[in-house]
Amino acid sequence: MTSYLVSLLGGALIGLSSTMLLILNGRIAGISGVVGRLAQGINTGTNAAFVVGLLLGPVVYFAAFHHWPAVTITASLPLIMLAGLLVGFGSRMGSGCTSGHGVIGLARSSPRSIVAVLTFLASGILAVALLHGALS
Amino acid sequence: MKHTQLQVLAALAAGTIFGFGLALSGMLDPVRVQGFLDVFGAWDPSLAFVLGGAVAVAMGGMAFIRRMSRPLLADSFHWPMDSRIDAPLVIGSAIFGLGWGLGGFCPGPAMASLSLGLTPTLVFVAFMLAGMIAHDRFFGRTS
Repeated sequence: MTSYLVSLLGGALIGLSSTMLLILNGRIAGISGVVGRLAQGINTGTNAAFVVGLLLGPVVYFAAFHHWPAVTITASLPLIMLAGLLVGFGSRMGSGCTSGHGVIGLARSSPRSIVAVLTFLASGILAVALLHGALS
Repeated sequence: MKHTQLQVLAALAAGTIFGFGLALSGMLDPVRVQGFLDVFGAWDPSLAFVLGGAVAVAMGGMAFIRRMSRPLLADSFHWPMDSRIDAPLVIGSAIFGLGWGLGGFCPGPAMASLSLGLTPTLVFVAFMLAGMIAHDRFFGRTS
């Protein structure tokens, strides 16, 4: 139960951050967009600052709770490489990922984002089902 | 204009809150992400609370933002211009979801967890960047 509350609070902070970035800079906090533009050298200052902040987040967590957040990786390295390629390519082709489509897109009731979220949830569920099917 | 420096500070603050929220919510943990997607197995619904909390707050924010004529530090809002539900949207999202499920990482948590210095995360981010650059170079849409 408490873990659900903590998840809800963490989610609320993500929503707050996305709202803040729109109110102040007029930008949608979509991580694939921010990272993709940074790789292209577009608006380097603000995009780099956002990424530096993202990296600082877990450091602030460590300072507050004296332990690092759990990151448990079970996938093999070749699978990690394939997953990275698919995530990078797909999020750029689909114009967004869990943050841009999933947070601001849904909050704006954007039809494109609703389609995107339903699609990546479905294919994510499929991928995990295949993974577990192949392993068991 | 001096707003440029303020915009950089605003982006830094927003990024930090975002990264802290990801760490607090459990989204940095690929096993939990895969548990959330494992609806036919041992489903872990906790990440639905992350998305729910984020969307609820952002919806409140949007109600406020719709009444603003412009952002505080910029001349205009940068809304997506495309409103078509087309093949790249659906195919790209499907490809993204496959990678998300296989690795348990999406771009935000992958970037944020670089701070922990784990090799698999570094490898994931390197290949994610390669995928992004490959798309943008060969299928050329910017933004």
